[in-house]
Amino acid sequence: MAPSEATDIKPAVDELKIAGRTLRSRLLLGTGGFPSLAVMSEAIAASGSELVTVALRRVDPAARGSLIDVLERAGVELLPNTAGCYTARDAVLTAKLAREAFSTDWIKLEVIGDEDTLMPDAPELLLAAEQLVDEGFTVLPYTTDDPVLARRLADIGCAAVMPLGSPIGSGMGIRNPYNIALIREAVDLPIVLDAGIGTASDAALAMELGCDAVMAASAISRAQAPVRMARAMRAAVEAGRLARGAGRIPRRTYATASSPDEGLADLGPA
Amino acid sequence: MIVLNGENSDVRAGETVAAVLTRLDLSPAARGVAVAVDGEVVPRAEWESFTLGEHARVEVLTAMQGG
Repeated sequence: MAPSEATDIKPAVDELKIAGRTLRSRLLLGTGGFPSLAVMSEAIAASGSELVTVALRRVDPAARGSLIDVLERAGVELLPNTAGCYTARDAVLTAKLAREAFSTDWIKLEVIGDEDTLMPDAPELLLAAEQLVDEGFTVLPYTTDDPVLARRLADIGCAAVMPLGSPIGSGMGIRNPYNIALIREAVDLPIVLDAGIGTASDAALAMELGCDAVMAASAISRAQAPVRMARAMRAAVEAGRLARGAGRIPRRTYATASSPDEGLADLGPA
Repeated sequence: MIVLNGENSDVRAGETVAAVLTRLDLSPAARGVAVAVDGEVVPRAEWESFTLGEHARVEVLTAMQGG
């Protein structure tokens, strides 16, 4: 008798590994946009996320919160980003400052090319990624949904790739699911769908397409009920992951009956 | 004139990075803080000894909520 397929769905065997770090949650959370630190804290707990992003900005003596303390109490690891950097030089320097500030070699590398779309600047991104890998960083680059660029980032030695579904904060979901599927085929690294998630079904789709994790920020923090949305995202990521593993049926133009024709009753003339 | 976080400041040449942090009410043990002077990282271990030049541009950074 074949072993029960139920053994495949135990959460314990479904850990995500990035650069030797094991994560039990496949949802990464951005900390930006929450109405308060208290709501952020509750949302982190509801999301189950173990890795959250933070930005590096000038100290404001007037309004210094206790973000680091709150995140430490939440028991999550920090993933600093280089958000707001438009050149490889600025991104590399920001990564080095983040390493000083947070004692981590991990960096979510963002090199932005355009302030309207906030899309990555591919040549600068590759340049920055190469330098940071050389300096010993664990680099997780925010990239476009271009499978060739994803492969180049993998070849350079990045620890994961983070393709966008649609522009940051747009909530437009995954505009080109075929490209995300192609990236899945193109690279052996963990793929984290980053940017564009609007609601739970977008996160589920990302996982169904073969992504290893989903990163959500605005979709949760700017939802009307952020904590509830955090829980929804968690469920969606788990559902999408399970569905990917289960193997969806092929799409067909015409119907395929799910009830047998055999044994159909003869109910006489109409 | 020394520029601190983008604004002219009364920090004087010869002051250490640690002294600037004190002005910002930050202790040298503060977590989640990083310092750049003239576009170069000043490692934590050098905060006490690193003195600022005449026209230094100092950036004192910390964690903020972000994507």
